[in-house]
Amino acid sequence: MEILKQLREEGRAEDMQALVDHIPYARFMGMCVDRKGNEITMVMPFQDMLIGNPVLPAIHGGAIGTFLELTSLVQLMYNTQCERLPKTVDISIDYLRSGRPVETYGRAFVTRQGRRVANVRAEIWQEEINKPIAASHGHFLLTPV
Amino acid sequence: MSLTDPISMVPAFGEAIGMSVDNVEGSRLTVRVPYAEHLVGDPDTGVIHGGVITAALDNASGWAIRVGGEWEEGMSMATLDLRIDYMKPATPNEDLLVTAECFKETKTIAFVRATAYQDSPDDPVATSIAAFMKGTPNEPRR
Repeated sequence: MEILKQLREEGRAEDMQALVDHIPYARFMGMCVDRKGNEITMVMPFQDMLIGNPVLPAIHGGAIGTFLELTSLVQLMYNTQCERLPKTVDISIDYLRSGRPVETYGRAFVTRQGRRVANVRAEIWQEEINKPIAASHGHFLLTPV
Repeated sequence: MSLTDPISMVPAFGEAIGMSVDNVEGSRLTVRVPYAEHLVGDPDTGVIHGGVITAALDNASGWAIRVGGEWEEGMSMATLDLRIDYMKPATPNEDLLVTAECFKETKTIAFVRATAYQDSPDDPVATSIAAFMKGTPNEPRR
């Protein structure tokens, strides 16, 4: 992505919020990046449009999947300092608890970063970090920008 | 089988991505997501984000249980897991179709396969396999 090069040239390769704001779908989902040093927490504010089950109510599995994938991608782009735009090869999602209509947080851990492929785990939670609502592990192809 | 009721209720997030039921043929259900600017994941290429495909696969898979399985009125379900393989990027400006089919069902669990494609299901953008828990609580929580 052009933005990756631009951020690197401007010495803002750590500005993940600028990156997220540049992705239309991430912007539409209202994604925010909360970075403290090298620790990144992604934030998905609640919006009515995220609802999948209006009776409970619960957040849509697709919104949860999107958030896990974006959380993984942002962590990878931070680790590679925007030198690569990873492509998702596969992602496996475990839905652990229904997502309540509140703000959701996410963190990702790169379990292995090879030359061509990275393995990334992610977890998202709401009120309590030790009660994740979903977790994922995925493989991402690392291609030079 | 009650087709119109459960499926005519497109959830809010389905509406947000512009998803609708395209076709139901036997136990196979197909949804359509028209291309839209707000779904783009890479602004340089215009390719839609993987999360859009995730949402369509998840939703179509759930609905497939309702059309193909032993689904009773008012029964709820929850996705246990969803595994997605991305085969190729979706072509910009073209609709995305997802066809799902429940291929095995027990009293408590339903297993569903789904394929996301544009021109032909034989040339998929992504495929998925999911397990759903049937009969999960579906009452407003306190």
